[in-house]
Amino acid sequence: MGVPLPDKDDLLRQYRMMMVIRRFEEEAARNYAKGKIGGFLHLYIGQEAIAVAAADALADQDYIFQTYRDHGTALARGMSPNAAMAELFGRDTGCSRGLGGSMHYFDAERGFLGGWAIVGGHMALAAGTAFKSKYVGDDRVTICFFGDGSTNIGGFHEAMSLAGLWKLPVVFVCENNQYAMGTPLERTSPLEDLSIKATGYGIAGDRCEGHDVEVVADRIGAAVERARKGQGPTFIEILTYRFRGHSMSDPAKYRSRTELEQRKQRDPITVVRERLLGLGVEESTLDDIDLEVDEEIDAAVRFADESEPAREDVMLSTVLAPEGDA
Amino acid sequence: MREIRYREALREAMLEEMERDESVFLMGEEVGHYQGAYKVSEGLLEKFGERRVIDTPIAEAGFAGVGIGAAMVGLRPIIEFMTWNFSFVAFDQIINNAAKVYPMSAGAIQAPIVFRGPNGAAKQVAAQHSHSSAPFYTNIPGLYVIQPSTPRDAKGLLKSAIRSNNPVVFLEGETLYGVKGEVPDEGEEELIPIGQSRLARSGGDCTIVSWGRPYYTVLAAAEKLAAEGIECEVIDPRTLRPLDTSLMVQSVKKTNRCVVVHEHWPYGGPGAEIVDRLQREAFDYLDAPLERVASLDVPMPYALNLEDTVLPTEERIIDAVKSVSYAE
Repeated sequence: MGVPLPDKDDLLRQYRMMMVIRRFEEEAARNYAKGKIGGFLHLYIGQEAIAVAAADALADQDYIFQTYRDHGTALARGMSPNAAMAELFGRDTGCSRGLGGSMHYFDAERGFLGGWAIVGGHMALAAGTAFKSKYVGDDRVTICFFGDGSTNIGGFHEAMSLAGLWKLPVVFVCENNQYAMGTPLERTSPLEDLSIKATGYGIAGDRCEGHDVEVVADRIGAAVERARKGQGPTFIEILTYRFRGHSMSDPAKYRSRTELEQRKQRDPITVVRERLLGLGVEESTLDDIDLEVDEEIDAAVRFADESEPAREDVMLSTVLAPEGDA
Repeated sequence: MREIRYREALREAMLEEMERDESVFLMGEEVGHYQGAYKVSEGLLEKFGERRVIDTPIAEAGFAGVGIGAAMVGLRPIIEFMTWNFSFVAFDQIINNAAKVYPMSAGAIQAPIVFRGPNGAAKQVAAQHSHSSAPFYTNIPGLYVIQPSTPRDAKGLLKSAIRSNNPVVFLEGETLYGVKGEVPDEGEEELIPIGQSRLARSGGDCTIVSWGRPYYTVLAAAEKLAAEGIECEVIDPRTLRPLDTSLMVQSVKKTNRCVVVHEHWPYGGPGAEIVDRLQREAFDYLDAPLERVASLDVPMPYALNLEDTVLPTEERIIDAVKSVSYAE
């Protein structure tokens, strides 16, 4: 499989990024509680390895679609924590200038084509950017994330169906965190293994655990490579777990404390940290990274807090695009 | 000027724009090998090949979404719905994705896409296949909604729609596809701007605003009224969002009365919007309350006699004009 094992430096970089996402979201939760952030806030805590692995598997020109649980994927792709935090605070300096919020991050320059908040609704869009790549013959791959809850809605079916039919260069990544909001998989799906759904669409299926960033990077990397070579789409089910509720308003009473504690034993950040220590990295090196990340996120909160509010003129001038020479 | 049919005008618009711009493609059910369910796309597959004239499975939400995604990264898709009734399973794509990506990304990502197909009643196709879709889509900021009545407007507006940087809902009519009308000669390019109404008939006694299928019923009624000495001025808005009321206001200032005739249910929609705007923009000039002649407030029945009753009739139009004119 095409992706070489990462060296120590790669792992350190991945560790750092996972820490950025974790600390970013912990601060987001704190500021939500303080009333600095409104609306819905869906945290990615526990799933970070997937975002970081995917970012590593993609090339700069590739396209990314994510659901409303989008902070981690955007940060891993290179969005600055400042722009990400300012968006949560509803500020003009936010990545969507305060018009999108937590669920609608955009970073067009980096090919991050949105956080989308209608379950399954963004999947056909991802087939669409992949369609464009095939139409113009560019070398880009599209990756589309969604949850286990999406696999029962029509949008999933039609996107997979068309992507399979037209052999589009797209990778569908199901982040199966076991719960569609508060409903466990066994009550939403007759299948325990969702990846077999790929067969019905004539596309490649794969399945792996999501707590080990190296494993995930390897598997997504292989799918991206297949897509880039014109071998069609892949549906990968990645088994993961969110340590927080569905959103900030969800105390997650539908699952047991034991289950949560067991899952936390496989915290993707602990897994990388232990591997690095095993490779001879000093504990103090990792602690230094943690401190540096803390400072970066604190600075992002200050930046957001001090930024100008979202602007009415921006809102009014972005309903329709200006017309010009087409 | 030559005369061609409405469907041919639409075909010419697509053909010319596809020749002009490689990023334009046509996608939908039966648009290619079948030559179009209503033959609008006849011949395009032979001309442009399967890369640019793309037959889809029956999956409106899927291919509407594929179009939007392609538009987000630089293509200019034309998505054909076999009829607008089937757009309802793609409603989420049009409303939540096409109309939202530009605003939600604060203007970073555009969606230049045209959704087109026949709208409204055909003949005896009953409740599920006779929807007039304008009220649903005109409510949405972020969309243009165009409903051309004549072949000339169909061609000139479809060309503008394809060149627009925004999502366009383009409402045609099955009963209009065969209508013949004057269209500029080949080689004479005409782009009709989105958001401009048109004076269709001059008259000093009563203004009638109408578009789509009842536009022709209105013109016929206007001739009968003229024979009785009532001269109607007919304005076709052509674009329903954004709505250009300038000619309507100008006309009402002259006639002091107005009837709006539309093929959609009476609750809300562009018909009600026009009346609302005119009462505010021309209040001092009105000698009678504005009247509307709408489709009856029922799901479309199958029986022909009932369908004819539901759609705006000449008789109802004539009655409304006489009513606002305080004529017998």
